[in-house]
Amino acid sequence: MPQPLDYLKETASQTAGPYVHIGLIPAMAGFDIFEKNFSNVLVTSNTAGERITLEGKVLDGSGTPLRDVLLEIWQANAAGRYNHPADRSAGVLDEEFRGWGRAGSDFESGLVTFETIKPGAIVDKAGRKCAPHVNVWIVARGINIGLNTRLYFSDEEAANAADPVLNLIEQQVRRKTLIATRSERAGKVVYSFTINLQGPEETVFFDV
Amino acid sequence: MNAQAPAFSDPRLNRPEPFSPRDGGLFQRDRAIHPPAYAPGYKSSVLRSPRQALLSLENSISEITGPVFGHNDLGPLDNDLIRNYAKDGDPVGERIIVHGRVLDETGRGVPKTLVEFWQANAGGRYRHKKDTYLAPIDPNFGGCGRALTDDTGYYYFRTVKPGPYPWRNFVNSWRPAHIHFSVFGSGFAQRLITQMYFEGDPLIPICPILTTIPDKDALDRLVAPLDLNASTPFDSLAYRFDIVLRGQRSTHFENRPEGN
Repeated sequence: MPQPLDYLKETASQTAGPYVHIGLIPAMAGFDIFEKNFSNVLVTSNTAGERITLEGKVLDGSGTPLRDVLLEIWQANAAGRYNHPADRSAGVLDEEFRGWGRAGSDFESGLVTFETIKPGAIVDKAGRKCAPHVNVWIVARGINIGLNTRLYFSDEEAANAADPVLNLIEQQVRRKTLIATRSERAGKVVYSFTINLQGPEETVFFDV
Repeated sequence: MNAQAPAFSDPRLNRPEPFSPRDGGLFQRDRAIHPPAYAPGYKSSVLRSPRQALLSLENSISEITGPVFGHNDLGPLDNDLIRNYAKDGDPVGERIIVHGRVLDETGRGVPKTLVEFWQANAGGRYRHKKDTYLAPIDPNFGGCGRALTDDTGYYYFRTVKPGPYPWRNFVNSWRPAHIHFSVFGSGFAQRLITQMYFEGDPLIPICPILTTIPDKDALDRLVAPLDLNASTPFDSLAYRFDIVLRGQRSTHFENRPEGN
């Protein structure tokens, strides 16, 4: 017998359920309990970078918006640096930007919004430049294990065309499922996205 | 010609770092121990499960980093569900302590990571505007809390044992008593939501959500044993629940001062 490998096994995932708000966004469940709460606003007035709103919906296989979904986003700052000790890249750290937020969808419309800044391009381990993107994690009733995807930006055409992750997607037609569309509304920059869980437009999800 | 090292065409060959087998990437997730996205016995999964293959992504800096939390994010009663919503007394129910460690697959404790938890009250009713179960709301129980693990990955909280409750799947489906857990780890790709169950609950083997897990051992690892040694005499029983996140091909990143 060879020596045993003594790795532990990851704990199995379970659905976040319909009442995920109680634990993660209690105000949406209808009560106030913590002194400090996490939210969908990632910026302070001192955060560096272009203010943007990310706005979108998650649709089920019938095209109906999920109205009990929770999204988290994780992103680099405007200089392309993550606020984490493992990121030793050259970009300047912004102490006014954690780079993470969470949002529940509206119980009527299913709309999800984040107030953040547009991230800078990042450099991967191989030294390649990666297009600006936001990492997205999706949980809800009926989702047995959190779904990972990304949002890229429609006005970064050249960077998107060269992005090593977008280029991993074999079917060119599926790459556009990750692109959020830029528009301006009342002087604010809005990037709109739709995440399709199923169907011909199914969003690309990653096994990270 | 000068004596400079040659510039290789592959940019990786020009990297200044020495070779290391520990590049910070995570162990590949073993999908066989997790529930599949499409699990028709849990009916809500049918329209909410992707049907295309997931695209496997070698970990980049976007996946091995994740949000950093500190004690400044929490309040002093956040891990005490018996007191953090009490209005005119203690909540009704069996007083329990839940404790354990957050580890990764290498067996190392995951320090200073955020653990969040939520649950129904002792009667099986959630404090949520969408829950209409006939069991009453407890005026002294919110049903949520959070904790930051210590340097060894240890966490604990105090609560009342949640009750089972009916839900719309089959006409007579009941959830076993459970507590929901949300855990971060140090990289966003370690992010995990799961549920803890209680030793001896007869609803466990017939729960349509629990039985989405294809691996018997993985299911058993979600069941917390009674831990009499950790109980407080004449006060609270205790249950032990360890949580394992994906392993990291890295020693821990140097800890920066937390609580910033």
